[in-house]
Amino acid sequence: MTTQSSTLTQKDRGRITDRAFWLLCIAAGITVLVILAAILVSTLQQSWPAMSKAGENGFFTSKLWDPNIGKFGILPFVFGTLVTSLIAVALAVPVSIGIALFLTELAPRRIKGSIVTLIDLLAAVPSVVFGLWGIYVLAPAMTPVYKWLHDTLGGIPVLGALFGEVSALNFMTAGLVLAIMIVPIITSITREVFDTVPDSDKQAAWALGATRWEMIKGAVFPHSFGGLVGGVMLGLGRAMGETIAVALLIGNSIQITANLFAPGTSIPAAIVNYFGEAGGDYTSALIGMGVVLFVVTVIVNLLAQAIVRRAEIRMRGAKA
Amino acid sequence: MTQASFDMTNALSSVPGAMSTMPTSSAKPVMQLEGVSVFYGSYEAVRGTTMPVREQQITAMIGPSGCGKSTILRSLNRMNDLIPGARIGGKITFHGQDLYAPDVDPIQVRRRIGMVFQKPNPFPKSIYENVAYGLRINGIKDNMDDRVEKALRDGALWDEVKDKLKSSGLALSGGQQQRLCIARAIAVQPDVILMDEPCSALDPIATGKIEDLMHELARTYTIVIVTHNMQQAARVSHYTAFFTAEVDEQQVRHGRLIEFNDTGRIFTNPTDKRTEDYITGRFG
Ligand SMILES: Nc1ncnc2c1ncn2[C@@H]1O[C@H](COP(=O)(O)OP(=O)(O)OP(=O)(O)O)[C@@H](O)[C@H]1O
Ligand SMILES: [Mg+2]
Repeated sequence: MTTQSSTLTQKDRGRITDRAFWLLCIAAGITVLVILAAILVSTLQQSWPAMSKAGENGFFTSKLWDPNIGKFGILPFVFGTLVTSLIAVALAVPVSIGIALFLTELAPRRIKGSIVTLIDLLAAVPSVVFGLWGIYVLAPAMTPVYKWLHDTLGGIPVLGALFGEVSALNFMTAGLVLAIMIVPIITSITREVFDTVPDSDKQAAWALGATRWEMIKGAVFPHSFGGLVGGVMLGLGRAMGETIAVALLIGNSIQITANLFAPGTSIPAAIVNYFGEAGGDYTSALIGMGVVLFVVTVIVNLLAQAIVRRAEIRMRGAKA
Repeated sequence: MTQASFDMTNALSSVPGAMSTMPTSSAKPVMQLEGVSVFYGSYEAVRGTTMPVREQQITAMIGPSGCGKSTILRSLNRMNDLIPGARIGGKITFHGQDLYAPDVDPIQVRRRIGMVFQKPNPFPKSIYENVAYGLRINGIKDNMDDRVEKALRDGALWDEVKDKLKSSGLALSGGQQQRLCIARAIAVQPDVILMDEPCSALDPIATGKIEDLMHELARTYTIVIVTHNMQQAARVSHYTAFFTAEVDEQQVRHGRLIEFNDTGRIFTNPTDKRTEDYITGRFG
C-alpha cells in the first residue's frame, strides 16, 4: 500500500511538471499572437485617418504622393519595395544555393567551417554599414558597368526600358546590396535543408551512374524544394523590410519607372525619411504604408506555405 | 590471402553438387575478384577475396554481420569510392578490364553495374520519374514511355502501378517500392545488378515476389545478392560465397571469404567446418 501510493505520487509529480510545461508553451504562443494582434490593431487605428479617405487622397490606387496638397498615393513606394526585393532575391538565390551546395556536397571539412563563419559574419554586419559601403564603394564601382549595359542593351525593346539612363543611386544598387544582405540567411537555411537529404537517396542516384550534378538534381533538389521555398521567402521578407540600407541607396525619388538604373523609393525608406517631418494625415499615411507592408509580407508567407504544402503532397504522396 | 585463393581453386575444381539444376558452371565470369582487400582508412575490413561472378547467374554472399559482405559488394561498382578513406587492394576485373585502372570512370562503371539497397529508396518523385531518371542521365530521350513501361514490367510492378504513374513513388508499399527500385536499376540495362539485403525490410509475401523476380531477371542479368536469410540464398542463388570475420595475429578482425561454391554444394556438403557451422546455425 505504502509503496503503491509512493509510486502514485511520483507519477503525479511527473504529470504536474508536464502540465506546467504545457501551460508555459501555450502561454508563450498566446503572448506572440496577442502582441501581433496589438501591433496590427494600433497601427490600423493610427493609419485609419489616411486609409479611410482613400477615395480622396488615392492611398491605395494613386501614384501621386504630395503631402502638401493632401495626396497620399503609396504606389511608388510599394513599387520600389517590390522591385528592390525581387532584384535581391533573383540575385541572392542562385548564389546562396551555389554556396550551400558547395558546402554540403563539395567542400572538404577543413575549409567548410571557415566559410560558414565568414558567411555568418556577413549576417552580423549592421545594415547601416552595408548602406554606407554601398554609397561609397559599390555605387561608384557599378556605375561604369551599368553604363556599359545601357550602351549595349539600350537599343533592344524590352531590355532597353529596363536598362535606361544611369543615375548614381538607383533600384539596382539597392537591390544588389539587399542581395548581399540576404545571402547569409538563405544560404544557412538552404544548407540545413540540403543536410537533411537522406544519404540513401544520394546513394540511389550514384548507383545509377549519376554525376555529381545529376545526383544533386535527382536526389538533393526534389527533397529540398519545400525548404528552399521557405528560405527564399524568408529572404524576401527580410529584403522587403530592410530600412536603412535601402533608404541610403535607393536615391529617394518618388516615381514608378521600368528603368532599374533610375532612383526610386521604398516603404521603409519613406517611413524613416519622412516620419520626423510628418504630422496629422501625413503621419497616418506613413503608418498605413507600414500596415500595407505587413499585410504583403503575411500574404507572401501564406503563399509560400501553400506552395510548400502542395509540393510536399505531390512528392510524398500525401503521406507527409 | 594465399589461403583464400587456395580454397577458391579447390571450390572451383569441384563438380557442381547435388541440388544443382540451377548453376551453369560453364557460364563465363563477368567479373573476377583476385585477392581483393578493402580498407577503411588503415583498417583492413576484408582481406584477400578471390571469387568469380558468373554471367546470368545469381551469386549470393552470406555470413555473419560485420564480415564485410556489403563492403565487397560496394567495391564491385565502386560505390566505396564515395566513402572518404576507403580504398581497395588486389584486383577486380569486369569483362577482363581492371575496374580500378586509373583511366576507368566510376560513373561509367555504375551505369553498367547497378545496385539495389536494403531499404527501398525511391526518389521523392513520381513513379514514372523514378524510372525515367536513370534513362535521362544516360542521355536516353526517345521512347521514354515505352522504356519506362518495359522497366516496370520487367520489375513485375507494371500491373500494380500502370494507372498511377504520376503519383509519388513514396506512396507505394515497401515491397512495391523495392520493385520500383529494381525497375529503376534495370531501366538503364546494366550488365550486373548488385543487391544488398533487398528483402530484409519486407514481409514474406513481398519477399517471395522479389525472389520470383530475381529468377526472371537472371535470364538477362547477372545478379549478386547479399542476404542474411539462408533459405533465401538457397532458394534463389546459383553460387554462394560464405564470409566470416576472423581475428588475426595482431588481434584485429578482418572479413574473409571462407568458401565459394555452387549453392547446392554449400548447403548440402560444405568443404569448410566454419561454413557448415554457420549454415546449420551453430555459429557463435
Ligand atoms: N564506412 C565505413 N567506414 C569504416 N568502417 C566501415 C564502414 N563500413 C563498414 N565498415 C566496417 O567494415 C566491416 C565490414 O562491414 P560491412 O558493412 O561490409 O559488413 P556486412 O557483412 O555487410 O555486415 P551486415 O551483415 O551487418 O550488413 C565492419 O567491421 C564495419 O565496421
Ligand atoms: Mg551489410
